[in-house]
Amino acid sequence: MGSATIRHHLLSVLVENKAGVLARVANLFSRRGYNIFSLAVAPTDDERFSRITICVDVESAPLEQVVKQLDKLVNVVEITELDPTEAIEAELMLITLEADRESRSQVIQLVDVFDGRIVDVSPDSLTIMLAGTPSDLDHFEDLVGPYGIAGLQRTGRVALHKLDRSRGRLHTVSGIAASSGKASIK
Amino acid sequence: MQLTGAQALIKSLETEGVEVIFGLPGGAILPVYDPILDSSIRHILVRHEQGAGHAAEGYAQVTGRPGVAMVTSGPGATNIVTPLCNAYMDSTPLVVITGQVATGSIGTDAFQECDTTGITMSATKHNWLVSSADDIPRVIREAFHVATTGRPGPVLVDLPKDVSNSMMEWYWPSEIDLPGYRPPAGGDSASIREAARLISEASRPVIYAGGGVLKSRATAALAKLVEMTGIPVVTTLMARGSFPDNHPRCLGMPGMHGNYTAVTAIQRSDLLIAIGSRFDDRVTGKVAAFAPDAKVIHIDIDPAELGKVRRAEVPIAGDCRLVLEELITVLEETARQASPASRGDNPLAQWHAEIARWQARYPLTYDRQPPDGVLKPQYVVECIRDSVDDDTILVAGVGQHQMWASQYWRFNKPNTWVNSGGLGTMGFAVPAAIGAKVAKPEATVWAIDGDGCFQMTAQELITASAEGIPVKIAILNNAYLGMVRQWQEMFYAERYSEVYLSPDLPDYVRWAEAMGCVGFRVEAPEEVSSVIEKANEIDDRPVVIDFRTDVFEKVYPMVPAGASNDDIIVDPAHGEGGA
Ligand SMILES: Cc1ncc(C[n+]2csc(CCOP(=O)(O)OP(=O)(O)O)c2C)c(N)n1
Ligand SMILES: [Mg+2]
Repeated sequence: MGSATIRHHLLSVLVENKAGVLARVANLFSRRGYNIFSLAVAPTDDERFSRITICVDVESAPLEQVVKQLDKLVNVVEITELDPTEAIEAELMLITLEADRESRSQVIQLVDVFDGRIVDVSPDSLTIMLAGTPSDLDHFEDLVGPYGIAGLQRTGRVALHKLDRSRGRLHTVSGIAASSGKASIK
Repeated sequence: MQLTGAQALIKSLETEGVEVIFGLPGGAILPVYDPILDSSIRHILVRHEQGAGHAAEGYAQVTGRPGVAMVTSGPGATNIVTPLCNAYMDSTPLVVITGQVATGSIGTDAFQECDTTGITMSATKHNWLVSSADDIPRVIREAFHVATTGRPGPVLVDLPKDVSNSMMEWYWPSEIDLPGYRPPAGGDSASIREAARLISEASRPVIYAGGGVLKSRATAALAKLVEMTGIPVVTTLMARGSFPDNHPRCLGMPGMHGNYTAVTAIQRSDLLIAIGSRFDDRVTGKVAAFAPDAKVIHIDIDPAELGKVRRAEVPIAGDCRLVLEELITVLEETARQASPASRGDNPLAQWHAEIARWQARYPLTYDRQPPDGVLKPQYVVECIRDSVDDDTILVAGVGQHQMWASQYWRFNKPNTWVNSGGLGTMGFAVPAAIGAKVAKPEATVWAIDGDGCFQMTAQELITASAEGIPVKIAILNNAYLGMVRQWQEMFYAERYSEVYLSPDLPDYVRWAEAMGCVGFRVEAPEEVSSVIEKANEIDDRPVVIDFRTDVFEKVYPMVPAGASNDDIIVDPAHGEGGA
C-alpha cells in the first residue's frame, strides 16, 4: 500500500445505521470490480448514521462511477470526496515486535521517534500503539521489520478535509475524528 | 386494530392497490397464505417460483405497475433469483415477498434457511429483512416506493415466520423516511438548453430510444419531439413500441441483430440523442468505434448511466418525460424566434434521403421462396403479426426467435412488447405471457418461443390452464439451441457442440394437451395462416403451436461480438455489406 503516488482517493460515506449496510457497500465494490485499499466504519455523533471512510483504488474504476453507484444504495445518505492533497489522513496501528534484551532499547528509540506508545510488554516482545499518517505507519513498519514482527493490525485510514485557512471557517465532516475504529481491511 | 404480521402484510399490499400476486406457498410463508383466503387480491398459484417472478415481470412490463410475487424461504427464494436479476437488468418494478425462518433460527442453518437478503443484494434495487411486525406497513410502503420511483427495479422483503405470526397495531405510514433515496425529477435547465442548441445545429441527428422512454411514459413527448424536428429514431430491444414502427421516421432496432439502417444511421450520425438507453454492449459493439463522429446528449434518470460507457457532451440526469417536455418547450421558443427564412424547407432532407437509400438497399430480408419449401421462422412471425391488431401483446423467449420477433413484428403501440433484454433469460416467455394476459385480459397475448426456451418453463401452461389464462404460444421449433448453433456455425467452424435438441422429443402437441392446452403442429408454409386463425379463435384455453421451422436459418444482420458496427454482416442475399 504505497501512499506516495496518488492512486487512491478517499470517500467519506455517511450511511444509515442499519443492519447489513456495510455488507451492501462491500458487495457493491466486489460486484462492480472496484478495489478497496482500506475501509473504516464507526458510528457518528448522530446515532442514526455511521460514517464509512473508504480508500478506493482509482485505477480499478473511474471515481465518478464509484461515487454514482454508491449513491444509488438506498442506505447511503451522503458521499464526500476527499482529495488526498486536501485531506488530513490518519491511521492507527497496533504492532507486536520481537524485542529481546539486545534489541529492546533500539526498538524503544524508534518508537519514541515516531511518537508511539508501548502498551504491552513481555520478556521478549513489545506491543506498540502508533497513530499517524498512513505513510508514517508504512515507514515505521519498514524500519522495525528487521527486528521481527509477531503481530500487526492497522485500522485503515480515516480522514477530514484540511481546514480552509483563507476563510477561517471549518469544513466539518462530523463523526470521523470521534470514531472508535471498528473494521479494517488491508 | 390488532392484526397479525401476516394480516398486516396482506392489508399493506391491498392498500398499495395490488390486484394480483403470483406465488407458491411453503413453511416459512404459511402464515401469510391464510389471510390471502379473505383478501380481495387474486393469487395465482404457479408451478415453479421462477414462473411467479417472470409472470410478475410480464404484468409489470405491460402495465408499468409493480408486479408482486410471493414465495417461501430457502428453495422458494433461490428459485426466484433469476427473475430478480432479470428485472434488475431491465429496470422492471417488482415487489417480491419471501418467507424466512423464525428470527431466532436465522444463522443456525435451520430447515429451508438461506441468506435471502444476502443472495439478492446485488439483484435488487434494495431489500429488507423485517425484524418486527410493527415494521411491516412501513417496509411495504418503502418497498413499493423504491420499486416504482426513479429508475424502477425489483425489491425484496424477507419476512421471518415469527414476525408474520406476532401481533401489531395497524397503521399506515403517512410519510416515507428514506434519507438516502432521492431520485432525480426534471433535468438541469441549462443542460436542456444546450441540448436544444446541439439539436438545432445537427445535420445527421439520431434519437437512440431505450427502455427508459417506456418506463417514464415519455412516448407522447418523444412523438412530439420527432414531429417537431424530423429526427429519425432507433428503438432498442427494450424500447420496441416506444415509437411506432409504422412512422416514417422510425428506423427500428439497432445493435447486434439490428437492421442495417438503424445501425448505420447511428454510426454516421453527428448527434446521438440517447433517451433512457444505456449504451449496452449489444447496441454499441466495439465502444471505441461506436458513432465515432457523434456528439452525445444522454438523458437518463440514473445518473450512474451518464458517462458509464460513453462520455456525453450533454449529460442530463432526469426523468425522460419531464426532460423531453422541457426540451420541446425550449425548441418551440427557439423556433418562434427564428427568422421566417430559416424555417420552411426541411433542414434534414439530405439526411432523410441518405437513410431512405439504406432502407431501400438493405431491408430486412429472408428467402421467401425457399427451394425446398421449408418453413421460414420469419414467415411465421409475419403471419401472426398480420393476423392480429396493434393492441396485441407480443412476448418472446431468448434466442434467434426473439430476434426475429423483434425484427419482423410491427410495434405501433407502447408496452405491447415483453421480452428479456439485459439478462437474456431463456424460459421467460411462457410465464411472462401469463403475467401480461392477467394484466390485460382484453388483449390478445402471443408468445414467440424457442423449443429450448419452452422446455425450461413450459409447466406454467398448467397454471394458465388451471387459472383460465388463454395465452397463445408459437414455438419456432428448429430442433436446436439455435442461437448458440448459429455462433458455432459462424465462429467455431461449424463444430456443433451440445446444441441439438430434436424436433419431436418431446412431442409438443401431446405435451400441450397434457397441460390442458390446445396443441397444433405446422410443418408446411401453406398451413401457417389457417392454424393461426384457429388459434386466434380459441379464447377459453391456452394454445400451443409447434411450428417446424428451418433448422439452418440464421439471424441477419449480425455484428459479431466485440466488432465495430461498421463491420455489420448483412444477409448473404444482399452481397457484401457496407455503404
Ligand atoms: C437460462 C439460459 N441458459 C442459456 C442461455 C444461452 N442461450 C442463449 S440463446 C440459447 C438458445 C435458445 O434456444 P431456443 O429456445 O431453441 O431458441 P432459438 O435460438 O433456437 O430460436 C441459449 C442456450 C440463456 N440465454 N439463458
Ligand atoms: Mg430452437
